[in-house]
Amino acid sequence: MEAIDVAIVQLKLDEFLNETVYIHIETTNGAYASHHNADVFNVGVFMRNASIRYTQAKIIGDQTGYRVGLKTDNGWVYAEGVREYEIDELDRLLLAGHDREGRLMVALQISRTPFKE
Amino acid sequence: MESHVVVIFPHPDDEAFGAAGTIAKFREQGVPVTYLCGTLGEMGRNMGNPIFATRESLPNFRKDELLAACEVLDVDLHMLGYRDKTLEFESRSKIAEHLLTYLEEIQPSLVITHYPGHAVHPDHDAFGAAAIEAVQRMEASKRPKVWAQAITNTRLEDLGQPDITLDITPYFEKKFETILAHQSQAAGVLGNMDPSLDKLADIVKNKLAKEQFYQWEF
Repeated sequence: MEAIDVAIVQLKLDEFLNETVYIHIETTNGAYASHHNADVFNVGVFMRNASIRYTQAKIIGDQTGYRVGLKTDNGWVYAEGVREYEIDELDRLLLAGHDREGRLMVALQISRTPFKE
Repeated sequence: MESHVVVIFPHPDDEAFGAAGTIAKFREQGVPVTYLCGTLGEMGRNMGNPIFATRESLPNFRKDELLAACEVLDVDLHMLGYRDKTLEFESRSKIAEHLLTYLEEIQPSLVITHYPGHAVHPDHDAFGAAAIEAVQRMEASKRPKVWAQAITNTRLEDLGQPDITLDITPYFEKKFETILAHQSQAAGVLGNMDPSLDKLADIVKNKLAKEQFYQWEF
């Protein structure tokens, strides 16, 4: 993955406008968060292969963290804290934010074909 | 002396951090060891440090790392094809049945798995419970011993002293090599245990010199 280039990512987001796409969206502080620090609670969520269609998309922010909002016919998809991107060999847009040790904290991925189950 | 040991853990690297010294000891004695690994750790947070994997490429890396680790340990590997983080939501009896097919064929004298309810990660708890259910279903005369690994911070007060404690210092090199085979995970997991220590080998020596298990009573 590379540091987000807003122009490239915005162009890619726009490419999927008004198409049926699959998304993977996720955030986590890890399965061992409260094991390593009793003051912390484990939280995490992921949704894989939700099928959506969005009519408006924006990426906003700076290298400390970008926000992405996708406006759908009846709601929104939102992710905060993504800082890296990759357009992979299957032409999927992968966005993620990692902590300083390289651990994934948040991800939003968009694809025309389903992600591997 | 054991005739065959089966290790049942859900994630590539569980065997490295939890039981690599024990496995190396059995292999040194010529005991065959089979590893039934539940998932490919698809949802792991560690992407390498520096980062080299993505959420989508991680399973491929982890599969290769698992193969390399099993090469280091010289064990047979079966990848069971479940998905990381979802084991507790699958049918426990179906997983037990799946594990039982391997146990019936291998007829091990010892099974090593996680201690259900004391293994921190929900996948560990669920897979350990399924493994124990599988062994439970075997005829008492054919039933292997089960060594269950507990890793909760409260294990000693809840369960007492472990029945089995192995000083794995003689197998430290092997264990460290196995951990390092899990390239995407090693630095992140070890760093997380004590971020002030930057020498990974020291962390392993200090924190992972003992491997402990509770013998499961049926």
